[in-house]
Amino acid sequence: MAENPSIRDRVIAIIAEQAVLERDQVGPEMSLTELGIDSLGLVESIFAFEEEFDISVPFNANEPSESDFDISSVAAIIGAVEKLVAEKEAA
Amino acid sequence: MRRVAITGAGTINALGHDVPTTLAAMREGRCGIGPLEFRDVERLSVRIGGQVRGWDAEQHFNRQEISLYDRFTQFTMLAAKQAVEQSGLDFRGKMGFDCGVILGTAGGGVMTSDENYRSVYEEGKNRVHPFVVPKLMNNAAASHVSMEWSLRGPSFTVATACASSNHAMGLAFQMVRSGGARAIITGGSEAMLCFGGIKAWEGLRVMSKDACRPFSANRNGMVQGEGAGVFVFEDWDHARARGAEILAEVAGFSMTSDAADIVMPSQAGAQRAIAGALRDARLAPEEVGYVNAHGTGTAANDKTECAAVAHAFGHHADRLMISSTKSMHGHVIGGTGAIELLACIMALRDGVIAPTIGYEEPDPECALDVVPNVARERKVTAALSNAFAFGGLNAVLALRAA
Repeated sequence: MAENPSIRDRVIAIIAEQAVLERDQVGPEMSLTELGIDSLGLVESIFAFEEEFDISVPFNANEPSESDFDISSVAAIIGAVEKLVAEKEAA
Repeated sequence: MRRVAITGAGTINALGHDVPTTLAAMREGRCGIGPLEFRDVERLSVRIGGQVRGWDAEQHFNRQEISLYDRFTQFTMLAAKQAVEQSGLDFRGKMGFDCGVILGTAGGGVMTSDENYRSVYEEGKNRVHPFVVPKLMNNAAASHVSMEWSLRGPSFTVATACASSNHAMGLAFQMVRSGGARAIITGGSEAMLCFGGIKAWEGLRVMSKDACRPFSANRNGMVQGEGAGVFVFEDWDHARARGAEILAEVAGFSMTSDAADIVMPSQAGAQRAIAGALRDARLAPEEVGYVNAHGTGTAANDKTECAAVAHAFGHHADRLMISSTKSMHGHVIGGTGAIELLACIMALRDGVIAPTIGYEEPDPECALDVVPNVARERKVTAALSNAFAFGGLNAVLALRAA
């Protein structure tokens, strides 16, 4: 993550906006539930990641654990977005 | 209060272009879901649906009708013709003044909107066909039915998303029961299997990319369908007096609102609607043998619905059969309750319970008899049909064998 701070900051900005919190209140170990983001907020966040980074996020709300996109914590989401951005750049 | 008879039924959907073909498919547990075929489908991530195949509008309608009928209206007209013909009713003269049309649709002329937006925004054209508005309006289908059969009484369209046709049929039932109309043509239709229609749904991330598997532990979302279901709801004594064949009796109806969340279902709201329909029909829970579930195949609906059914029926829930025919024809949104009512009529008339196909793994949160994969022969004297819409609007119908 250190080599790519901008993605991290941009993801945190999106999550913070969705959670109606300041960016420094969003910790990497926090879950979306802890941040008060519900299922609609999650879907809206994913849309925001796709728009922000021009990526396509594989996520089905019916089976979140089966999806390639890990949403278990803020750090996991940052990692998943970084992976998708890297894949896009490699393509 | 008057009793209400169903004296005609019609449909077109992914399983067939009429009632006998559709019921035969339900009996066989045939799946009507397959690869979607329309322009730009390759730009979608969801590419399956319960599409009506082999539809040729020119076989049924003349050029002027086609210029005024969106696909959802075409489907409605075909289903209404079948229903009216089966009922044997003649609406000419005074009868037409005592009859009306109450139909459900969520999106109305979605394909007309889609095609014309494409033409002005993508292709840069500066004019559209003059009939765009009368084609896309949600009441177009109801109005054309009223015109075709000279039905001059109360007619309107109900839009409550996935509960539209149950709300429409419930209101038709109440209107005939109260003496406000002698017969109502009722049901619903939907035709949003086009690029814009599916693109909008994709964003919610509730759609399955491979199959609709209601109540199965490995279910992964809903699959859209299209089509129409239309019925004739008629004053029981009027139907008897003219010697009409009665397919089933509409015995009760209940609607409730969750007043909670714009997409997530609520057990309490669904449960109140189920219990309300039983009460309205004066049915004891033990009298009901079959429930046609809303059963969308999403994680949230199916477990919430099972909990609602279990609580509303108490100990009888374990002896009840409950199935979701969406596994076969897909989720026909505003027309789905009407197509699903056919499964209730089949249970009551023929003693055949339509299965939930695509069922692979038991889910402890859906621990009811969901009639997995294979239809069942069983005599049933009363049945319910559930519909629970986005926006928390619930509508449940109760039917009795005639």
